[in-house]
Amino acid sequence: MGTDQILGLATGILFGFLLQKGRVLRFEKQIGAMLLKDMTILKFMLSAIIVGMVGVEVLSSAGIITMSHKPMNVGAILVGGALFGAGWAVMGYCPGTSVGALGEGRWHAIFAIAGMVTGAAIYAELYPFFKRTVLSWADYGKIGMPEALGVSPWVVIVVFICVVLGFFRWFESRGL
Amino acid sequence: MRMKKQDSGGWNPYLAGALVGVLAILSAYATTAWLGKTSYLGASTTFVRGAGVIEQQIVPERVQANEYFTQQKIKIDWQFMLVLGIFVGSLIASSTDKSFKLESVPPIWEKRFGPSVGKRAIGAFLGGIVAMIGARMADGCPSGHGLSGMMQLSVSGMVALTMFFVVGIIVAAFIYGRRS
Repeated sequence: MGTDQILGLATGILFGFLLQKGRVLRFEKQIGAMLLKDMTILKFMLSAIIVGMVGVEVLSSAGIITMSHKPMNVGAILVGGALFGAGWAVMGYCPGTSVGALGEGRWHAIFAIAGMVTGAAIYAELYPFFKRTVLSWADYGKIGMPEALGVSPWVVIVVFICVVLGFFRWFESRGL
Repeated sequence: MRMKKQDSGGWNPYLAGALVGVLAILSAYATTAWLGKTSYLGASTTFVRGAGVIEQQIVPERVQANEYFTQQKIKIDWQFMLVLGIFVGSLIASSTDKSFKLESVPPIWEKRFGPSVGKRAIGAFLGGIVAMIGARMADGCPSGHGLSGMMQLSVSGMVALTMFFVVGIIVAAFIYGRRS
């Protein structure tokens, strides 16, 4: 194995360990969030995001790491995001958690994984069609919220953290 | 509190999530320092590579001629191993705290569609197809857009994550109902 593969594997093992310990891999947790009954996955994701965004901003403004925004292609994000949301609600797993769910014995995740590999193959076949249609509507490029809003990244981070903490309080007060 | 009884080995989701935030920062640093390019946590591109690797065994010329496979590069890379690592990490965590459980049909699904493994298999398979077409179109999933995109304050991550959840909430309400 090359350095990149070893590093990827080690990172993945830690990521999978934490996903499992946070109990966010389960179908019940993912669908529970969509049914607005169990916010475990949102607590987990938003905690990861607020910690991560501070570190990423510090390291990137110091020139140690580089950001790589995914393009804000309007058709891609809106249509793709909607398709993903619909499929996610049926499948009960997302790409990363499906593999983790298999690791904790939820073997029906194998059907979800098979479906996703098939979906990727279908996407590759249909790519020329999507490129002419959905992907060509409008593309704002690789932009961050600070540039889009014309404010310092720290303003976005502080506001975001306050909103997230508000959500957390609300989840806890409702016993979600 | 409700969960505590059957699930004593689980960690507080705020803590486990915050540690994933730390892991994401360390990972961005480590990939930059050792591989020369910052990589962020993600998973869905690996499914394209998985499909490409399988297709290469059957119809190699088709893979070679495919624009999308060429652009995404079929290789067993950092992210591919990361996804395999998620399986290993989850296996380790669940077998050391006895939360490993063989499950063929999840309870919420069973309540709505019955105990048939076949029905669950078809649902998961078709849902998987639709979700992955969406994830590739959007260029990311809840890891790539949700975690990594949001950590970088990307506009695309914010809009994509919102779409995932809003449509997920609508479809889930429609399928499983809001009744308890």
